[in-house]
Amino acid sequence: MSVLFRKQMVSLALVAPLLLFLIVFFAFPLFTMMKSAVSDPVATQALPASTNALSDWDRSSSPTSEMSAAFVEDLRQINDDQLFGDLVRRLNSAKAGFRTLITKTRTAVKATAGPIDLTAVDKRWADNSYWQVIAIATSSTITDRNLLAAVDLERNSSGAIDTIPAGASANRTILIRTFTMALAVTAACILIGFPFAMIAASVEGWRRQLLLGAVLLPLWTSLLVRTAAWFILLQDTGLINSTLMFLGLTTEPVSLIFNRVGVVIAMTHVLLPFMVLPIFSVLVGIPKTLMPAAASLGAHPVRAFLAVLLPLALRGVISGSLLVFMSALGYYITPALIGGAKDQMISSVIAYYATGAANWGMAGALGLVLLVATLLLYVVYLRLSAERELKP
Amino acid sequence: MDNSFIRFDDVSKSFGALKVVEELNLDIGKGEFVSLLGPSGSGKTTILMMLAGFENPTSGAIWSDRKRIDKLPPHKRNMGVVFQNYALFPHMTVSENIAFPLKMRGTSRADTSERVKRALDMVQLGALAERRPSQLSGGQQQRVALARALIFEPEVVLMDEPLGALDKQLREQMQLDIRDLHKRLGLTVVFVTHDQTEALTMSDRIAVFNHGKIEQIGSPSEIYDHPSTRFVAEFIGETNLVAGSVHSIDGHEAVIRLENNEVIKVVAKDRLRSGSKVVFSIRPERIGLGAGPGNTLETRISDVVYYGDHLRLLLSGGGQSFVVKTDRNRLPPSVGDSLTVSFLPSDCWAVDA
Repeated sequence: MSVLFRKQMVSLALVAPLLLFLIVFFAFPLFTMMKSAVSDPVATQALPASTNALSDWDRSSSPTSEMSAAFVEDLRQINDDQLFGDLVRRLNSAKAGFRTLITKTRTAVKATAGPIDLTAVDKRWADNSYWQVIAIATSSTITDRNLLAAVDLERNSSGAIDTIPAGASANRTILIRTFTMALAVTAACILIGFPFAMIAASVEGWRRQLLLGAVLLPLWTSLLVRTAAWFILLQDTGLINSTLMFLGLTTEPVSLIFNRVGVVIAMTHVLLPFMVLPIFSVLVGIPKTLMPAAASLGAHPVRAFLAVLLPLALRGVISGSLLVFMSALGYYITPALIGGAKDQMISSVIAYYATGAANWGMAGALGLVLLVATLLLYVVYLRLSAERELKP
Repeated sequence: MDNSFIRFDDVSKSFGALKVVEELNLDIGKGEFVSLLGPSGSGKTTILMMLAGFENPTSGAIWSDRKRIDKLPPHKRNMGVVFQNYALFPHMTVSENIAFPLKMRGTSRADTSERVKRALDMVQLGALAERRPSQLSGGQQQRVALARALIFEPEVVLMDEPLGALDKQLREQMQLDIRDLHKRLGLTVVFVTHDQTEALTMSDRIAVFNHGKIEQIGSPSEIYDHPSTRFVAEFIGETNLVAGSVHSIDGHEAVIRLENNEVIKVVAKDRLRSGSKVVFSIRPERIGLGAGPGNTLETRISDVVYYGDHLRLLLSGGGQSFVVKTDRNRLPPSVGDSLTVSFLPSDCWAVDA
């Protein structure tokens, strides 16, 4: 056994715990979520004979007797109530009315043995559109239904992609809201964090420790506790409003909670360290003589800032913005506690599908959309930063 | 003073209880090259920073061209500053760095590129215009900093130990370059350094600082040949300090009695009083081997050091030790030999102890 091979083995053994952790707790769940977003095996599983029979159907002619016979056979075979429930949910979500139709048909089918006339059980079976739904559901175990629904799109009866009628779903609105709120929080963090980092970088000794401590301290407290603290502060009878009223700045309490303002305030506070620290670390690396040099060369302090300090600090601002923006996209607790119904972000919708509606497909699809959007932004960032570095 | 261009008028600067500059009075003429020389902590950099506007005097006034400038912000002072670590803008190219002062002054684009080109030629960096500072050597960065400080034709150029980070050969080359630029452009230069050779070779006048005060100000030869204090004599070049007491004064010569009762004649200064203690300085290269006119002293060689271009002898005599520099071809001295040395009274300069 060569020395090199042994060395490689040792280093592999050293990273193995991390690798294992990442696979088990990151890569595997991520893959499962992505898979559940696009997999649709229920109909194929529950209706094996129909799957076969409907595969040759042109979906426009009247349903054939082989199709009905296969379907009846399949219904007779389903003994698993869990599977039947999933099937009903799947078909009903594609076309309303399937729940009563299938339950009624199953009862009728189970009552007799041998062939049965489905149109006699329910005349809806003469309607092509119900058969079309079954045909689509059994045609493939992979579906884009969840992904389309995540951005308020669906396939119409002819299979073309179409927008969901207004009012039926708000995913797109909530996605846009999520991005605008993350953007607002990032902007607020830059506005507060940049001057703060500049002050912290310009002082030394205990003053710097104090300033950095003030930023880091919130990180040592749980997110829930911090959000709860803001909940108390922002109330109509909270400290902020009573101070404003005491100072006579306002006669009525300013509405700060259960709206966008409150959420942005609380999220900015929570995410500020991720903006301040990267900017600070870049600023302390900038030689102290550059600003005096700019002044001696005739630059007014504002112009010196714009021409020298800002371009040099931009790297910190960009990485800080990226950190804040990405974290803000996935925020759940703060909007849930401080925000109103119109301030919920995409994570609360995902949580609803995952825990409330047990619709893992939709939860996975929304998560996937968020992931793709974030990755796209990250690629844009990489492009921008690479271009800056490539410049001679 | 009528030709005074820069004037420090009773300028003091304290940081808390620490007095860094004490009641400085200094006049600098137009076109003059003045070095502020001193050990670190002597206040010379603070003086430069006050002149550039980065520090405010605690008291006193600074004048430039008959205008009071000590309340003026740095960007309105029109002084070119060359910093010790060059302070080039790392995100700009060489030509962008040099164009910066012109851009701040709203110079037209055509004029700017013309002047940048000339400035690059002046410091022989035309080929590197599009490089970043990080791609340049120390000497090249220094030239860029120099070009950037000169391109807007400032009235005064301030340099804060600009050659400190360069190696010896490059430093000597840059010293000549800066001196040449000073003469060619008629610049007024205030040059801070702790390197006495640099100050001696470049300056019209040198102000030697110690503990925030001027110890002595004068031309390089005045400072070197006639140091007024013990500090200046020791700080500038190498010297032998000889202690004794004044025996008698005869016109422009004073007779000093050394500790072993030998007598030495020195240049009399007004301050010398008969019987008072005195220290005088004599440079190692002013002491000749063998008997000669003036003072003679019997010594013994206690060490010989070979320096290539000269020999350095460590001698003991007159109750103390002397360093003598000598031509290495004169004689092959060896340790333990006795040696007669001689020196002129005019080379012995009494200093304040």
